[in-house]
Amino acid sequence: MELKPGSRWKSAVCAAEVVVVRAPTGPLTLECGGTPMLPAGAERPEGAAAPVGEGPSALLGKRYADTESGLEALCAKGGAGALSVDGRPLLIKDPKKLPSSD
Amino acid sequence: MHTALLLEMAAEALADRPAMGPSQAPVSYAQLWARARAAAAAISRRPGETVVHIGLNSPAVPLAIFASGLLGRPYAPLNYRLPDDDLRRLLARTAPATAIVDDDMVARVAGVAGIEIIPRSLFEAGATADAHLDADLPFAEPDIAVLLFTSGTTGEPKAAILRHRHLASYVISTVDFAGAEEGEAALVSVPPYHIAGVSAVLTGVYGGRRIVHLPAFTPEAWVEVAATEGITHAMVVPTMLGRILQVLDERGESLPQLQALSYGGGRMPTSVIERALARLPHVGFVNAYGLTETSSTIAVLGPDDHRAARTSDDAAVRRRLGSVGRPLPGLELEIRGPGGDLAAPGDPGEVWVRGEQISGEYVGRKVIGDDGWFPTNDSGWLDEEGYLFIEGRLDDVIVRGGENISPGEIEDALRTHPAVADVAVLGVPDDEWGERVAAVVVTSTPANADELRAWVHGRLRSTKVPTDILFRAELPYNDTGKLLRRVLKGQIVAAKDHKDAVAS
Repeated sequence: MELKPGSRWKSAVCAAEVVVVRAPTGPLTLECGGTPMLPAGAERPEGAAAPVGEGPSALLGKRYADTESGLEALCAKGGAGALSVDGRPLLIKDPKKLPSSD
Repeated sequence: MHTALLLEMAAEALADRPAMGPSQAPVSYAQLWARARAAAAAISRRPGETVVHIGLNSPAVPLAIFASGLLGRPYAPLNYRLPDDDLRRLLARTAPATAIVDDDMVARVAGVAGIEIIPRSLFEAGATADAHLDADLPFAEPDIAVLLFTSGTTGEPKAAILRHRHLASYVISTVDFAGAEEGEAALVSVPPYHIAGVSAVLTGVYGGRRIVHLPAFTPEAWVEVAATEGITHAMVVPTMLGRILQVLDERGESLPQLQALSYGGGRMPTSVIERALARLPHVGFVNAYGLTETSSTIAVLGPDDHRAARTSDDAAVRRRLGSVGRPLPGLELEIRGPGGDLAAPGDPGEVWVRGEQISGEYVGRKVIGDDGWFPTNDSGWLDEEGYLFIEGRLDDVIVRGGENISPGEIEDALRTHPAVADVAVLGVPDDEWGERVAAVVVTSTPANADELRAWVHGRLRSTKVPTDILFRAELPYNDTGKLLRRVLKGQIVAAKDHKDAVAS
C-alpha cells in the first residue's frame, strides 16, 4: 500500500479511519484490528469485526506514530480496532501543548 | 491532508457543541459541517476555478473556507477596503472565479470579466437549502487551499499560495483536537483577508471553540461583544490592543471571562503590553509571530514567559517581553548573516525557517529553497535561551556607517517619553554615514527635538540617537495596523529633496 501524506484509509473491521500525516521511510502495511486497512473509497467487507481485547481502540483526533518507519497518521474516525503496521502497534503521539495563538 | 477534514472530525466528536455565532442562537458543529457541504454543492454548479470572498467578517467566512476546500478550489479573500479600481483589478486576476460578495458591495465589483458574483445573502441561503443538503460531493484532491494577496505596499500585490497540507499541518501540530473546554468562545476581529482570519477559523474549529466574528473592528464593538458573548480567547494586532485598553479604562470593564489574548501581525510596543498586563492580570497573553507565507504562527511567547519577564530580576529575562518567544516545536529556525553563515546568539541576521507548514510560494514565484528553507525577509536575533527578537523587515533595518540599528529599539525608547503618543524611526540617506537615524514623532503634549534626543541618549548608545526629529499629527497605517514605513520614508526623503532644491 502506498502511504502518501494526505491519503486516507479505512478499517476493514470497524469504523476507524486514518489520514497519513507523514509517509514511512519504506514500504509497510497499515493495519487496524490486525487486518490491512483499505483505501477510503473502498467497500468495507460485510461481517468483519474487530477482534475484541487485542489492544487499544483507535481514538478520534489522536496522532499515531511508528518510530521505526517514521509513519505518522491522524485518526479521523474512531473505531474498536487497534492500529498497527506490520504487526507493530502504533503509539499515540502526545500533543505538544501550545498556548492558543489565533 | 484536507482542511475540510478538520471540520469533519469536529462534527463527529462535538456534533451538538456550538461552532459559531452568538451564544443565544449558535450553529452547532454538525450543522456547520452540513452547511459547508451544502454550500460546496451550491458552488459546484457554478463555473470558476477559485472561490473569492469580498466582505466583512460574517458566518459566510467559515462556510466559504470549508466549501471551497471540499471542492478543491482555492479560497481567495480580497481586501474590500481597497479603492474600487484596485479591488476590481485584483478580482480580475482571480478569473475564472465565483465571488461571494457582501450584498452592499456587489455594485462595486460587478461586470469584471470571468467573475460570477453570488451575493452573500444568496450564498448563505444556499447553505441551508434542502436541495443542497446531502448532495454528493466528488472527492477533490487537496492542493491549493488559500490564495492571499499581500498588502502590496511596495508595488502590485503578490498572491501567496497556501496549500491544504501547509494549513492542516499547522493546525494538527499546534492544536489539541477537541481540546477546548465547553463554553470557550473565540472572538475573530482581524479582517477575513488576513492570514490570522483564516487560521482562526481552522484552529478554532479543530480545538472545538465557538467562533464569534466581529463584522469589522472598532474598539467599542470589540469590548461590547467580548463582554456580552463571554469571549474566552481572542487575537488582536498591536494597534487594536492599545485602543481596546483605552475603552476598557473609559468603561471600567475588566472582561472577567477572558482567559487568553494573543497578539501579532506587527511590532507590539513594550509600553502597550505592559499596560495590558497590568490592566488584565487574569488574562494569559501570547505573542505570536508569523507570516502569511508560513501559514501563520511560527514562534510564540506564552503567558508564563510574559509573567517571568515582568517579575524577573534578570535583565535578560525582563527583556523577553520584547521578544516573540521560541519557535514552535517541529519547526527549524535559524539566523543567518549576510554571507549565509549561522549567526551566534545575540548577533542579528535574517530569520530563516523550515517545516511542514511553510509555503514560501507566490503565484509565479517560489521563494522557498529546494531544501525547504524559507528566508522571511525579517531581521532578528536569538538570545542564549533561544528566544527570538524581531527587528523588523530587513529593508527597514538602518545601516549607519556599517552598524545595524533596529528602529524598534529606538521607537520603544521614545515611546516611554510622556509626551510621545506615537513614533516611527527610519533610516534616511546620508552622504557621510550611508544612512542616518530619523524619528517621526506624534506628541500628545508639546516636546522639542533636543529634549527627545536627550531622552534617547539617556537610554541607548549614542549612534542610536536620532539626528533628524520630525513632528507629525499622525502616522500612516494600513487597515490591519501595519505602519507604512516606506510611505513615510518616501514623504520624508521627498520633503528633504524639495527643501534642498529650494535652498540651492
